[in-house]
Amino acid sequence: MKPFKQQTGMDRRSFLKVSMLASGALIIGCGRFDPAHANELKNGTWLPNLYVRIDTDGKITIVSKNPEGGQGVKTAFPMVVAECLNVDWKNVSVEQAPLDDRYGRQVAGGSRGTPDGWDDLRVAGTAASHLLVAAAAEEWGVSPDACSAENATVMHKSSGRSARYETLLETAANLPLPEIADLKLKSRPADFSLLGTFVPGIDNAKILTGQPLFGCDTRLDGMLYAVYAKCPTFEGKVRTANVDEIRRLPGVTHAFVVAGADDPRGLRSGVAIVANTWWEANGARKRLRVDWDTNHTDSSSDYEKRAEGLRAEAGDVLGSDGDVDKALAEASQVVESSYYYPFVGHANMEPQNCTALYRESGQLELWAPSQNPKSGRRLISQTLGIPEDRIHVNMTRIGGGFGRRLRSEFMAEAAWIAREIRQPVQLQWTREDDMQHDYYRPGAWHDFKAGLDGNGRMIAFDHHFITFGADGETASGANLSASHYPAGLVENFRLRQSLININVPTGPWRSPGHSAYGWAYQSFFDEVALAAGRDPLEFRLDLLSRSYGKTQMDRQRASNVLKLAAEKAGWNSRKVGDDRGLGIAFHHDHGAYVAYVVEVVANGSFVKVEKVFAAVDCGPVINLSGAKNQVEGGFVDALSTANLEITFANGATRQSNFDDYELLRIGQAPDIECHFIQSDNSPSGLGEPPMAPAAPAVCNAIYAATGTRVRKLPFSRSGISL
Amino acid sequence: MSDVNLKINGQTVSIDVPSDMPLLWALRDKLNLVGTKYSCGIGVCGSCTVLVNGIPMRSCTMPAISMAGMEITTIEGLDPAGEHPVQKAWNEEDVPQCGYCQAGQVLTASALLKQNPNPSDDDIDSAMSGVLCRCGTYPRIRKAIKRAAKYADGTGGES
Repeated sequence: MKPFKQQTGMDRRSFLKVSMLASGALIIGCGRFDPAHANELKNGTWLPNLYVRIDTDGKITIVSKNPEGGQGVKTAFPMVVAECLNVDWKNVSVEQAPLDDRYGRQVAGGSRGTPDGWDDLRVAGTAASHLLVAAAAEEWGVSPDACSAENATVMHKSSGRSARYETLLETAANLPLPEIADLKLKSRPADFSLLGTFVPGIDNAKILTGQPLFGCDTRLDGMLYAVYAKCPTFEGKVRTANVDEIRRLPGVTHAFVVAGADDPRGLRSGVAIVANTWWEANGARKRLRVDWDTNHTDSSSDYEKRAEGLRAEAGDVLGSDGDVDKALAEASQVVESSYYYPFVGHANMEPQNCTALYRESGQLELWAPSQNPKSGRRLISQTLGIPEDRIHVNMTRIGGGFGRRLRSEFMAEAAWIAREIRQPVQLQWTREDDMQHDYYRPGAWHDFKAGLDGNGRMIAFDHHFITFGADGETASGANLSASHYPAGLVENFRLRQSLININVPTGPWRSPGHSAYGWAYQSFFDEVALAAGRDPLEFRLDLLSRSYGKTQMDRQRASNVLKLAAEKAGWNSRKVGDDRGLGIAFHHDHGAYVAYVVEVVANGSFVKVEKVFAAVDCGPVINLSGAKNQVEGGFVDALSTANLEITFANGATRQSNFDDYELLRIGQAPDIECHFIQSDNSPSGLGEPPMAPAAPAVCNAIYAATGTRVRKLPFSRSGISL
Repeated sequence: MSDVNLKINGQTVSIDVPSDMPLLWALRDKLNLVGTKYSCGIGVCGSCTVLVNGIPMRSCTMPAISMAGMEITTIEGLDPAGEHPVQKAWNEEDVPQCGYCQAGQVLTASALLKQNPNPSDDDIDSAMSGVLCRCGTYPRIRKAIKRAAKYADGTGGES
């Protein structure tokens, strides 16, 4: 990475002014015009908007605005612009934007990048191409409608004339901006030439030759390295620490206590140790003696008992249709089951880190692998009292996000240390810090009751969701919506919720909620289907054929992915041996529909997931490679996570590293065949939707192969090993 | 502090390091070779893998001073032009997602192919089992190794 160079003494305001001049500062896109700086040619570079730059020597640069953490946005977003700009992808350079409010939302989260960026990026590319076509038409004295653009060239078919984009920049820069309403945006798969193809990641060359890209790769002149020791017990505070002794250790330049703030998502109390190398900083930490002030005592061993106590209670009714109690009383058959999943951690391969530089002028500059750099800037501003316009955040590549890096306390820690020592510094957490100071996905119990009529139709569904929270608030990342599947598909429906109070930090974990309760639903409906003597696919399709009110999903799209996965797997005809089983599941979240059929082979309690058939409808696919990567990776991630748990004792996390939190290894990963339904719907994101149906499809296959119904995760709690 | 001469990517460098400093931190903090990644620090995840005399080793647990005289290859030195069959195959199969673990994956795969030019799925799973990928790129790693084996022109992955 080329560190962002900035002259000492230049304040944030003058920096902005300079960058506005340099970028032209025109936002074309969804009404975000800036007429004062529209459409300029400056120093040999044409700047039609914030996303596109074309140089007079023909170089085309497309700016990617969002953080990249493996979801593929740094390739996909510029592809959308390139498609609409009508340029050849192999001639495009991509540049990562810093945090800059002119770009609007710059977040890697909620699978929202693609749906939010879709219009903006298409408008940016199309408007720039439109100006270049208009420029050529003006030079040739012909109608723009008689011209077309392709591969950075405008052509006039009837006269055979053509002109490269770079020859048209001066004329284009003198034209009025088009109205967005006049632009013809490509929107359907049939319109695309680049979108929908297999395009390797834009950073691959750097990744594969070890060039600096990630947050922890940042190197600044005179940079020191820091560790930050927090209390193992959540929210514990430093009373005293032997920082004088630590300061005398080899290589150590600074050691000091940080009082921290009370915000559990903010800067926590701890001890900073800074040294010439990270190894020395971390070595000194082994000699650190801290008297911690702590009173949290959460132990997950108590949770089961507390859940048991809540089980008989009615709970808060979050949603209800019909009369569940009456329907259950009158049902021909009632199927009852309870499902449990534990807390899990994010375990990003790149432990949290941030590099910070505090200038005497009062400006702060950061290099942060953050999914939400804006929230980090806000937190720093609130915690350190530095105005946001004096904080510049460079977005580095992120070594895995999964929701963890939506929280930004590590940025505040680095900022605090940098201001204290007045030298550039890189804060690098240890793996143990990372695993023990995560924001965990909350665990939960789901007590289900399904009532069937004489034909095996599910006519009643009662669901008691027992999860975690504090002061009547559901814990972050545990939320279950009463409007979600199967609401609206069953005439008598009820969702009740009870909370166990905890003092454990929780937060969004890749497809928050869905990736957890999707497993419970899709496992239970398999049980219900089999109890009714019905085929699990046919049972699901039948449920989707009904409507008793508003459903969150498009039932047809959901049915289509189920049918496609079943067709590709040969659900009705596939012959498998006695030691094998097939399982099916689907889920809808974040706008996309995903179904899997999974084949497992069992040897006693040992199960190998061998083959996966995936069917996905996320609207038009932008990058076929990126989309498949999200499905393959999402499946593996879900399988890995179903095999893991985080537990607490005495208010602290018990797991600390990959030896007691063992991610899936290559030999446990299946072969995954991925099929897309390329619909004309507008595209959804795909970072999260592949998660939810994966574990239940596996568990349903395990049942088919072994007769063991996995009702508790991780697998080991149900007597299954991968 | 101890002086040590290390032979890294064909070049001998002399550095002064704490005697217990693992090779990983000598590479990253002393030599600015940041392609080798820290992730677990206890030798179980493989992100910090380098080749030592051609064998994949964990740089996070080997003291730098113990590496004198060894031929160390980091991801920066495999082929800076990215033309090594494994690098090419990795790009064409588009293996990386976040990319953080891929230096370890690529170096381990290059060592596998040198020793076994035509590995089966089981050979791949066995050789690659030491390198974790949180993003779940494993199915593509298998494909890319098979693709690299085809490129290798009988030289087993050496460019």
